[in-house]
Amino acid sequence: MPTATELEIRNLACVRGDRLLFRDLSLSLGSGALVQVTGPNGCGKTSLLRIVCGLALAEEGSVLWHSESTRHSEPFKQQCAWVGHRDGLKADLSARENLEFHARLTGGDPGAVDDAMERLGLASCRDLLAGHMSAGQRRRTALARLLLGERRLWILDEPFTALDEHGRRSAEALMHEHHAAGGLTLFTSHQPLRHEALGAACRELSLAP
Amino acid sequence: MFTAVLKRELRLACRRRSEWINPLAFFVIVVSLFPLGLAAGPNTLSLVAPGVVWVAALLATLLSLEHMFRSDYEDGALEQFALGTYPLYGVALAKVLAHWMITGLLLCLLSPLLGGALFLDAVSLKVLFLTLLLGTPTLSLVGAIGAALTVGLRRGGILLSLLILPLYVPVLIFGAGAVDLAAHGLNASGQLYLLAALLVLALTLAPFAIAGALKVALE
Repeated sequence: MPTATELEIRNLACVRGDRLLFRDLSLSLGSGALVQVTGPNGCGKTSLLRIVCGLALAEEGSVLWHSESTRHSEPFKQQCAWVGHRDGLKADLSARENLEFHARLTGGDPGAVDDAMERLGLASCRDLLAGHMSAGQRRRTALARLLLGERRLWILDEPFTALDEHGRRSAEALMHEHHAAGGLTLFTSHQPLRHEALGAACRELSLAP
Repeated sequence: MFTAVLKRELRLACRRRSEWINPLAFFVIVVSLFPLGLAAGPNTLSLVAPGVVWVAALLATLLSLEHMFRSDYEDGALEQFALGTYPLYGVALAKVLAHWMITGLLLCLLSPLLGGALFLDAVSLKVLFLTLLLGTPTLSLVGAIGAALTVGLRRGGILLSLLILPLYVPVLIFGAGAVDLAAHGLNASGQLYLLAALLVLALTLAPFAIAGALKVALE
């Protein structure tokens, strides 16, 4: 059943340096949409995601959220969660302090931090400084941010990097819940999804040159 | 939200002590080397003291600027600020305030001690303290614009100095000038008012300039 378009990408073109990464890229996402962006290294996956969430400028084209441009748009910021390649954690703050601060920054609920950490298997390292965590633990903490505020659109850049089997299962379970609740997800990954229901719902957007 | 950012910055500063101890130590060392290098009596020292303390405070601030946004840029915290619902200029202002509290304010508090060591009289010391109290926030605010503009560059240190030093000159002239006037028994309130005016100007415009520069740096 087709749903109303919420996020629309229109004729996007992206240039980095003097290299054209992609052009005429169009995509519509409605309720519950799950799109995996694939392609070889350096083909512009991260650039696409940064353009969609409004951090970077496109050479041409536009990104619309509920028919309004996402650049500097307050309603869009309130609905978008971004987990980038750089995880945004301060090395000198503990996991809990990082998450509590993030909840305040995004108008979420600082009281939800403990539950979020529990969900991602971080219960044992609540008070560990992020600088002393392993790459996988840091990634889990970054993903725990998704549970702190109800955001309709998740934009995830390589969410499964450095995660072990258990971490990956919890990450996919989160994405499945979000999808089942009608949330939109745009993510990059080099590996296919393992969660069956999630894999079946996933659309692939290949950026192969 | 403003206080949440401020608290976070101060907590980070407590855990990374070198960030505020380095400029402070630099300030003390530079000022205390002058009497040794000049080999002059109390009269000459009290004559150069306003300039020496002010130049040292200015350089110490400059030294601390580069770290202001660097770590937030590198670990991705800046991206989260930019996408957060709290406006970026508010974040910028909170960060500048925190920066001033761990550099400028500490320099102010130390200045009577160092000024005294350079044989400044009590009235001049009071004016020195006041000029630094009014001047160092301006240095932090204007410096933050430069720090934000150069945050994306790997070695932005020299460029940062070149960008910012010309803008620091008026603050230096009025700041050191006021102390000089006071040392000669003249009224320095004109200079103090000018420093206050510069601070108000920087306080109203700089946060927006910093936020703009940070957005550009992220692209």
